[in-house]
Amino acid sequence: MTVLFTNGARMNHYQLKQNKMNKQPQPYWDPYICGIGLGLVLLAAFVVMGRGIGASGAMTSLVATGVKTISRSHAEANAFYMGYLGDGTIHPLKDWLVFEVLGVIIGGFLSGFLANRTRIKVEKGNLISNQNRFIFAFFGGIIMAFGTKLARGCTSGQALTGGAMMNVGSWIFMIALFAGAYAMAGFVKKLWI
Amino acid sequence: MNGPFYNYGWIGEEASLIFAVVTGIAFGFFLERAGLGSAKKLSAQFYLRDLAVFKMMFTAIITAMLGVYFLNWFGFLQADMIYLTPTYIWPQLIGGLVFGVGFIIGGYCPGTSCVASSTGSLDGVMNVIGLLAGILLFGEVYPWIEPFYTAGPLGQITIAQYLGLPVGWVVFGIVFIALAGFKVSEHLEKKYANA
Repeated sequence: MTVLFTNGARMNHYQLKQNKMNKQPQPYWDPYICGIGLGLVLLAAFVVMGRGIGASGAMTSLVATGVKTISRSHAEANAFYMGYLGDGTIHPLKDWLVFEVLGVIIGGFLSGFLANRTRIKVEKGNLISNQNRFIFAFFGGIIMAFGTKLARGCTSGQALTGGAMMNVGSWIFMIALFAGAYAMAGFVKKLWI
Repeated sequence: MNGPFYNYGWIGEEASLIFAVVTGIAFGFFLERAGLGSAKKLSAQFYLRDLAVFKMMFTAIITAMLGVYFLNWFGFLQADMIYLTPTYIWPQLIGGLVFGVGFIIGGYCPGTSCVASSTGSLDGVMNVIGLLAGILLFGEVYPWIEPFYTAGPLGQITIAQYLGLPVGWVVFGIVFIALAGFKVSEHLEKKYANA
């Protein structure tokens, strides 16, 4: 199977089949409508669980579990990992956020599938190669990981959840996030044109 | 019967994990529906071409915030039992700046990178791998940065508590800022549509 890219001319059998059936990707929904939907999901989490939603916390549980699997003593000597491993009575992956993120993957796929948006692709500007896009996506992830761990949460756990709870630290994080991204945007414009 | 249900022991551990998956499905669904599983759409926020990120985020924030405020008002929800992440001014300020830089370089945030991966974006998969590698790096250097990680502690504190204002005033202020922001967003999108 040929790997295909959104900007490339070549198509694989999957895309050809889609074109044949004239199944074009559907337009996105209105962001305000989706925002109300997401807000109600967040509200439901507050009412049912007394906590908000998240994403990076589940990834941290995964990393901490991996470290513990490789070297138990190394993980146990580190307060950061131990914060996600707990006292050992419950498996660290049997965690609310881990299950929630599994749901995010299912929900994202469902929405994309129903709107004909699921296909193997690389999202990027027209000026950079796929290989360079992968490098930037990887290092962007590393940088973002440091940001989210320093701040004790990401766009989900801090900006959305803490934003709605009027949490002081979350608003500091959110304003700094937008400031950092806007300040950097001019330097990496070529990634996205 | 009032919430949070879990805190009052009305739902157990197993049920809470099922609810977690359902919550996640709805969360991922709305992110993808709005186009937030696309790096091009996410990054467009920072070139002012498409402000769907801001619009969706702030609509979600004011919806949930008003919900909590009124459910608490009617006595259906103990808002002060909802978990608040403690505030540490310096790591959260610097963490936010660093996060923003990583966001525009990588094209996703942690939640949207999962959505992108689930719909077949290979760059989304690379971003998730980068995030996992970055978290591991952070964990390994954590003993050296712990003093900064805990700098400027204010505890679990809301804006209303910090400023000594009634909660209703802060709610009103945030709704006002969001609505003004939506109006400005619509204007900017028209102006920078082809930038």
